[in-house]
Amino acid sequence: MDEKLFDITKEPIQVEELVKKVERREAGAITTFIGTVREWTKGKRTVYLKYEAYVPMAIKMLEKIGQEVQAEWPDTKIAVTHRIGKLDISEAAVVIAVSSPHRKAAYQANEYVIERIKQIVPIWKKEHWEDGETWIGDQLENVPYPEGKPRMEEDQG
Amino acid sequence: MINVLLFAQLQEEAGRDRLEVEMGETTVKELKQRLQDSFQLGRLESTMAAVNEEYARDEDTVKPGDTVAFIPPVSGG
Repeated sequence: MDEKLFDITKEPIQVEELVKKVERREAGAITTFIGTVREWTKGKRTVYLKYEAYVPMAIKMLEKIGQEVQAEWPDTKIAVTHRIGKLDISEAAVVIAVSSPHRKAAYQANEYVIERIKQIVPIWKKEHWEDGETWIGDQLENVPYPEGKPRMEEDQG
Repeated sequence: MINVLLFAQLQEEAGRDRLEVEMGETTVKELKQRLQDSFQLGRLESTMAAVNEEYARDEDTVKPGDTVAFIPPVSGG
């Protein structure tokens, strides 16, 4: 049985496998979030994306997010897989599954996980447009970390 | 020897994904300065660093044998 709850893969993600990882007899709800590759962003057409990760640290940060979730919603179990490499339109880049005894925690924890992934997990997306390419998260487009570093749990007081 | 890892746009800018820097015990800030001078990696000053896979601040210590990764703004999900 694959018990890797936090994973980075080059292969297409199987949603059902993540659901299986969090299934438990005490769970009354499982939420899944599937982040997919969008074709149109603000009038620009994406042809495909490439994701790159600092894999060992990305897994560590996913585990850290898992610990944060346990502290806030103790009865949940979560599994996250992020894909890297070349992804076509509509393919799943990330899948998050959360089980809990009641649905509210499963929804809340699931949203929390995707927000934190976007803040602290070292994964980068390169958009290949019809007319060029850009690393998203480029400092020309975003203020990266207003506090000098990504917000970590120990900084949140 | 300090091992340096570069990702995303920094990797493209430098034309390589890793460097080895001959330095004794130092700080993240001084390492950034050294790399900017030697490799013209202009954006390092405002780039996050991770020492041995943990986010680090500019004043944090780096020792020979450590792996320092420069982490451009992330965009997973």
